[in-house]
Amino acid sequence: MQALNTVLAYAEEAAHHLETDPGGFVGVMVDWAWLIPVVPLVLMFAIVFFGKRLPLKGWELAEGSMAFVAIYGVALLIANWIEPFTVEHHVEIARIGVLPGLGDLVIEWGWVVDGLSIMMYTVVGVVGFFVFTYAKGYMEGDVRFTFFFASFTLFAGGMLVLVSSANMMQLIVGWELVGVASYLLIGHWWEDHANNAAAIKAFITNKIADVGLFVGVIIAGITVGSFRFTDVLDAVEAGDSALARVGFWVGLAMFVGAMGKSAQMPFHVWLPDAMAGPTPVSSLMHAATMVTAGVYLLGRMFPFYQAEGFGDDVKLWIILIGGFTLFFTGLLALVQDDIKKVLAYSTLSQLGYMTAAMGAGAYTAGLFHLFTHAFFKGLLFLAAGSVIHGVHSNNMSDMGGLRKSMPTTYWTFLIGSLALAGVFPLAGFWSKDEILASVKADAFGLGSAADLVLVLAILGAFVTAFYMARTVYLTFFGEYKGEGHPHESPRVMTYPLIGLAVLSAVAGWVLIPGVSEGFTHWLEARLHNPLDGPLHFESIDWAVAGIGTLMALLGIAAGTRLWYRDAPTQLERDRFRIPVLYPLLEHKYYFDDVYMNGIVKPTAGPIARATNWSNNVIIDGVVNFFGATARFLSRYVYGWADQRGIDLAINAAAAAAGETGSVVRRVQTGKVQQYAGALFVGAILLVIGFLIFG
Amino acid sequence: MIVNQFLVLAALLFSLGIYGVLVRRNAVLVLLSVELMLTAVNINLVAFGSMLQESVLTGQIFALFVITVAAAEVGIGLAIVVLIFRNRSSSNIDELDLMKW
Repeated sequence: MQALNTVLAYAEEAAHHLETDPGGFVGVMVDWAWLIPVVPLVLMFAIVFFGKRLPLKGWELAEGSMAFVAIYGVALLIANWIEPFTVEHHVEIARIGVLPGLGDLVIEWGWVVDGLSIMMYTVVGVVGFFVFTYAKGYMEGDVRFTFFFASFTLFAGGMLVLVSSANMMQLIVGWELVGVASYLLIGHWWEDHANNAAAIKAFITNKIADVGLFVGVIIAGITVGSFRFTDVLDAVEAGDSALARVGFWVGLAMFVGAMGKSAQMPFHVWLPDAMAGPTPVSSLMHAATMVTAGVYLLGRMFPFYQAEGFGDDVKLWIILIGGFTLFFTGLLALVQDDIKKVLAYSTLSQLGYMTAAMGAGAYTAGLFHLFTHAFFKGLLFLAAGSVIHGVHSNNMSDMGGLRKSMPTTYWTFLIGSLALAGVFPLAGFWSKDEILASVKADAFGLGSAADLVLVLAILGAFVTAFYMARTVYLTFFGEYKGEGHPHESPRVMTYPLIGLAVLSAVAGWVLIPGVSEGFTHWLEARLHNPLDGPLHFESIDWAVAGIGTLMALLGIAAGTRLWYRDAPTQLERDRFRIPVLYPLLEHKYYFDDVYMNGIVKPTAGPIARATNWSNNVIIDGVVNFFGATARFLSRYVYGWADQRGIDLAINAAAAAAGETGSVVRRVQTGKVQQYAGALFVGAILLVIGFLIFG
Repeated sequence: MIVNQFLVLAALLFSLGIYGVLVRRNAVLVLLSVELMLTAVNINLVAFGSMLQESVLTGQIFALFVITVAAAEVGIGLAIVVLIFRNRSSSNIDELDLMKW
């Protein structure tokens, strides 16, 4: 407690009080906001050490941490809504002199409490709370139940470290915690080799992109002399010429990092494979955690990409990559049989929307879509998991007709699908329309690139509705094609579905242009407002909204036309329904093949051979040499030093002691009077001695 | 004050005690000889004490302590002798040479 108070006092002293510093209860809440990432991480350790002994095997701790974060986040959200505030705290942990002449590298722990981070706390906490509840039912009876929840808590905790960080070093810590937790969770059922491979693929793909983030962070940090977001963005505001010189590369490198976590083309390959993990993991990963990290980073660094002469040349890349990702990965969802993969490609597509919005200068729209998407995509995954739980298969060719046997799942899935497709007045309608309007408004002045992305985004709306219609029809309509009798999931799983369905329906209402602008107000209070004055967002553009909705309805209509009528070989017929594209889509544009044959095999093969050779020849040689030397030396040491040297000395000492003893023991006669006589003689001798020599 | 006569008496008594301790076979008599030696010491203490009574009183007080310790010692000693006699029907010290190699 003493240490805690010291830290708090120090934090108080070092606090940057920016813009507004709320007092009273809100101030206390803000000062203690560091608990948001710390509580899940501490409870993670508690689950690891004591989880198995608890009555619910550690689940209660995991759920408790999420409930804490959700309540804290919502409380901060409400406080921020009533009166906007922005507070940043830094606590210095260490100061290291890395390179001469560059000054000290200051390692800090910091936490930001502003509109952007509060929005993320809320999303992670609320979606996490529902997903953790659901996971209790879904993972019931799993062999590594406790371990699963430890990793799951680490996953959410890492994300909270990431979004609460006030400096880029801590961001990287959170970034990697999320990465390692995702590895553990995707490979949770590691007995199956495919799951293991998927986990490794996700980890390595992320790691390659992370190099970009590291490069960007290091260059920016060294150029500015501080890793704090505030200092970097201050430098941007002040027009720092040193930072401007490296601005493009910093911006591009950071965007590469964001592309990895947010799975933009060409780093998207890991996300569909990440479906190997348990469904609650997919749900959290796709909704609130991990994939949103890249979009969050773009949002945090937004002024950097916006300011003239810094990262603004990267904008074109961002919007184009976002645009291509949103359209082409959306098409891939059309040919999937695995229901989770449909949703995974759908996530890729929606992340493309967010990234494109960021590139188009639509800060609010991109984050708004992140916010609404978290609820309906979390819901869709949980509902898909409920279906899988009932059918015991991931493949839609084993489903069909589940409308009657799983009514709650059906209705919630339907709400999620309509929200995703962007049907009025569900959440997706508002956020997608906001993105379309912003791309059309083209705040960054990207010209024809923005027009191209607008066309892609509008077509993407059609594709989204099209594949969601396909999924709903194949899963819930027609005849049941699987084995056994499907049944509705237990309440612990259906209640979270209902909760998220309600949120998916209403979450969009926080930003209805001209009616409620709450979301803008939350984001308005942030370190370095991206735009001068109040946060910019496009008022509703009836033409774009109309076209978007029309596209969604067209997609649903086309889906109904193609897939409503049941057929035993639905998926076989997809090949003819999507005539030219099908082979290309089936092979996922050959991305995986190119990576496998172009990168993995040419590097992995020689690396494996070289490793094998160095192992067999060099390492074994060294080890064998040391072994032989040790053998020779030990034989010599045993024969000479041990047997002749040490043993001889010890035996001699023992013999000497024995001999002495057998002589001296004769003195001990047992006759008391002899002893007394000796004593007197000794005393007399001592007296004489003293008389002579004293 | 002259202490010579007391010192001579004490020396004689002490020598007598030493002779008894070293020579007598009977354990009771050995204990008595020890008492003789203690008495000799007490005489010395008291003699010097009365000679130096102007400055210190330690001699007399110390004699009292010696008497107390002697009483305790003789009590334990006699108890041991009684037990040994019960066990071995003898109090001859020469026969009690068990404590040897």
